[in-house]
Amino acid sequence: MKNTPLTEKHIALGARMAEFAGYNMPISYSTITEEHQQVRNKVGVFDVSHMGEFIVRGREALNLVQEVTSNDASRLQPGEAQYSCFPNSEGGIVDDCLVYRLHDDNCAEGEQAFMLVVNASNIEKDWEWVNRHNRFDTRLIDISAQTGLIAVQGPLAAETLQPLTDVSLKDMKYYTFVKGTFAGAENVLISATGYTGAGGFELYAEAGLIAELWDRVFEAGAAHGIKPIGLGARDTLRLEMGYCLYGNDIDDTTSPIEAGLGWITKTQKGNFIGRDIFARQREAGVSRKLVGFILPGERRVPRHDYPIEDAAGHTVGKVTSGTMSPSLSYPIGMGYVDASLSAPGSTVYIIAGQKRLEAQVAKPPFV
Amino acid sequence: MHFPDNLKYTEEHEWIRVEGGNVAYVGITDFAQGELGELVYVEVETVGESLEKGEPFGTVEAVKTTSDMYMPVSGKILEFNPELNESEGDNPTLVNEDPYGKGWIIKIELSNPEELEELMDAEAYQSIIE
Repeated sequence: MKNTPLTEKHIALGARMAEFAGYNMPISYSTITEEHQQVRNKVGVFDVSHMGEFIVRGREALNLVQEVTSNDASRLQPGEAQYSCFPNSEGGIVDDCLVYRLHDDNCAEGEQAFMLVVNASNIEKDWEWVNRHNRFDTRLIDISAQTGLIAVQGPLAAETLQPLTDVSLKDMKYYTFVKGTFAGAENVLISATGYTGAGGFELYAEAGLIAELWDRVFEAGAAHGIKPIGLGARDTLRLEMGYCLYGNDIDDTTSPIEAGLGWITKTQKGNFIGRDIFARQREAGVSRKLVGFILPGERRVPRHDYPIEDAAGHTVGKVTSGTMSPSLSYPIGMGYVDASLSAPGSTVYIIAGQKRLEAQVAKPPFV
Repeated sequence: MHFPDNLKYTEEHEWIRVEGGNVAYVGITDFAQGELGELVYVEVETVGESLEKGEPFGTVEAVKTTSDMYMPVSGKILEFNPELNESEGDNPTLVNEDPYGKGWIIKIELSNPEELEELMDAEAYQSIIE
């Protein structure tokens, strides 16, 4: 099991640790509910150094990114990022990712650079996949091991972090980034992104600098009651927003069109892996769709792989994610259902062992 | 974590405490509650039923996961802890706070007390979770 540059700090803080994607990661420090509310209402810090980062640099960097990702990276200006995915040639998803259009300061003339941020569990698979499709005048560099990442999330994130940098944080638009000096460390990539729906920033820095950065963020946040947040609350926060988790809600066999990710599948942008399949699906429709659902008044919680039935008791799909929503105090989830039952307001039934739970299809975000 | 000496334990992380005669209390261990995290619901719908050793008698819901609970020995379910019961106390976090005391889950009448001999003592249980 691998450590992040912050694993020792989590253990010293008394975190409940568990293996996630091959890394020894903090699940929670207090309780998931407390940590969830901390991020929704104040500010919290996640260690997400396990995520992978690839640099794509060269004269044809854009061509490679366009070939392997579904969103339209040609729309990105330096300093902008977008959510995207790597489709496979059968119309499934190799991984979902963020695409950063880097500033060109490290590039030779005529070159461009991007950073692809990928899931920890897929670093090797993605690296192999992107390299296999690199028939362009472009170099790939895997900087995952040398890169640390902390996410500072919540409504107080900007005012918490502002004393640590000259970059005006409150003026940064969602899905933009700057490289700057942060807490005395140079070349920190400050990104107005996150996986919580609570607002905030993600800070990418050299792995050797991340422990110092973590300490400085906590010093600056003391006045705002900042707390460390584990992967447990990261999951409840993302699920309340309806954000997909790779391996649960999307995988090699699910299409982005089925998954409600049509908005990152730009079939008009030019050719890319899987494009024809997605264009056909968009035209003809898909037979199953990923939907959100809510279970007000219910106490049992839908979980990954529970069957979903229609009123007549026919299986119409299965649950991909579910939790007790800490904000709503009732269960919520996501799952694939037959397209005929995918409209918000449709009633479906979730089979939890001997129990048949009534759920309403609802469009996320749930909060 | 602690594991009182006066209890017997199962591999499924239940404990049982015989109260005298054939009556016993059953709950989940300190280790189990820690692994589950904060409980949000305890469901027991088997009161009045007689179940065999190893059969599920209820379900616990934590924020992150769901887990069934199994009979440590055969017996009849006499009572579901009213402090946990949805229609009464509805305070499932008692299991987190006091797993061997206020957080007991069911009271049972043993139908085959000899099965107690097959369960682990505190030392044996501790050795399987390490």
